[in-house]
Amino acid sequence: MSIDKDTAARVAKLARIKVEDDALPALAEEFNTILGFIEQLNEVDVDGVEPMTSVTPQKLKRRVDVVTDGDQQDKVLSNAPDAREGFFAVPKVVE
Amino acid sequence: MSDLNTLTLADARDKLRAGDVTSVELTEACLAAIDKAEALNAFVHNTPEAALAQAKAADARLAAGDAPAMCGLPIGIKDLFCTKGVPSQAASRILEGFIPEYESTVTQNLFDAGSVMLGKLNMDEFAMGSSNETSCYGNAVNPWRRGNDDAQLTPGGSSGGSASAVAADICLAATGTDTGGSIRQPAAFTGTVGIKPTYGRCSRWGVVAFASSLDQAGPMTKSVRDAAIMLEAMAGHDPKDSTSADLAVPNFEAMLTGDIRGKKIGIPKEYRMDGMPAEIAKLWDDGAAMLKDAGAEIVDISLPHTKYALPAYYVIAPAEASSNLARYDGVRYGHRASLAAGDGITEMYEKTRAEGFGHEVQNRVMIGTYVLSAGFYDAYYNRARRVRALIKKDFDDVFAAGVDAILTPATPSAAFGLGEMNDADPVKMYLNDVFTVTVNLAGLPGISVPTGLSDQGLPLGLQLIGRPWEEGDLLNTAYALENAAGFVAKPGHWW
Repeated sequence: MSIDKDTAARVAKLARIKVEDDALPALAEEFNTILGFIEQLNEVDVDGVEPMTSVTPQKLKRRVDVVTDGDQQDKVLSNAPDAREGFFAVPKVVE
Repeated sequence: MSDLNTLTLADARDKLRAGDVTSVELTEACLAAIDKAEALNAFVHNTPEAALAQAKAADARLAAGDAPAMCGLPIGIKDLFCTKGVPSQAASRILEGFIPEYESTVTQNLFDAGSVMLGKLNMDEFAMGSSNETSCYGNAVNPWRRGNDDAQLTPGGSSGGSASAVAADICLAATGTDTGGSIRQPAAFTGTVGIKPTYGRCSRWGVVAFASSLDQAGPMTKSVRDAAIMLEAMAGHDPKDSTSADLAVPNFEAMLTGDIRGKKIGIPKEYRMDGMPAEIAKLWDDGAAMLKDAGAEIVDISLPHTKYALPAYYVIAPAEASSNLARYDGVRYGHRASLAAGDGITEMYEKTRAEGFGHEVQNRVMIGTYVLSAGFYDAYYNRARRVRALIKKDFDDVFAAGVDAILTPATPSAAFGLGEMNDADPVKMYLNDVFTVTVNLAGLPGISVPTGLSDQGLPLGLQLIGRPWEEGDLLNTAYALENAAGFVAKPGHWW
């Protein structure tokens, strides 16, 4: 499996990272180096092996479904690049 | 005394309790040492006023006879930990200006235990790197040099600033985090001790996430005793991290007897890799001999899937990173790119992330995106998770056969020069973690202990891997190794 320029562009788009066209061939080459390294995994017989989800067999704890937090709008917004009238502000989303 | 900054945590604690020194004196000594060590670029956000205020409070507690475990001890905190009111940006441009409104559980635990924070420490961006060269703050520098050669060396990574600061005696100890070796490799490169505890021992709440199923915090210290003291202060159950273990934290320091008679130490044959430098092979053999002399039984073991750990890691870690780093979108915190006329929200995301993330982080996010994308999820991500299960089973089998701990080299070489790997392909840099990454995949505790010097006079470390939740026993084996190795070398003071 080899990644070409178009695939690299598609992955960049999915990851929401702007990559200029002239940088795509080098990016595709780097992906191929790393994926070539990863291909070794195909040598391993994994038949009947369950994919691991947690290193420690533990049941996640549950808690009562009640509000435990809140009323800190100022703190939530304090690091926003653009906050207005108690909201996060972003460029126009809907035309 | 003018060299209070060179004390271990244990010695400083004992002097504080005896009334021989004050926390303010200790803290001032460290702050002065930090000011003179700018060439190391280890501290990146200094908090001297807050440190002195904490030191005064600690002195008051000491005077009142109410001194918890770390009372008055000045330490550094890796920039990955969110610290309330203090910049916390994971060495990334994308978190420039981010001032957390909350405190990570680990740092809160350390403050509750009386610790004094001197400032935040340099690291690889989002903890992705093995040389501290991906940091937005520039390289951290190793205080060690190759003899009289003044070439700058890496302190390792990702916890490079922590390792450099502890080795240079500009703080008594530091926090680190370890996703594939980021505590143990820098510790080995700087002649310091670093332990990654069992996954779930330390809360991940408030620690900027890289790969959530692998990340663990741990201490980086000047001695095994200090690692025991500080790990106990950092660890503990936290309802805010659902993967944090609801287990009592033992008194690790009390378990340091140095008696390892009858312990079974495994030597995994798969770690003796082709092309292993002679000095690393000798270090390893010497370490095994030291443990044998101390009364342990040395046994040859096999961990057959070792070879596949790094490739599995480079699927799983980027996959989790691509998901975790999706939150950096220029909306809630950190950097937002300036936009051109007509740019919409998609352009804002794409430009923000292109400007905010460095090269290595961008690549890993994109690799992660690729292995999780439709059509490749099974072939890459699920296969890697299956291989991970086999890697863990290798360890389970060995422990079930009665092995108490496993001895391996910590790194394939001594510290290399900053910039020396610039032209190498990324896989070559990844090989730094070849001995450490298996431990993260299996969720086990691992500790790096300095045991010798390279031919060029640089520190080298050995790694001990323990059974899950048995950090106390692991620390005791490490203590026996430390005693036998008698590593006392320090870097010459050039900075």
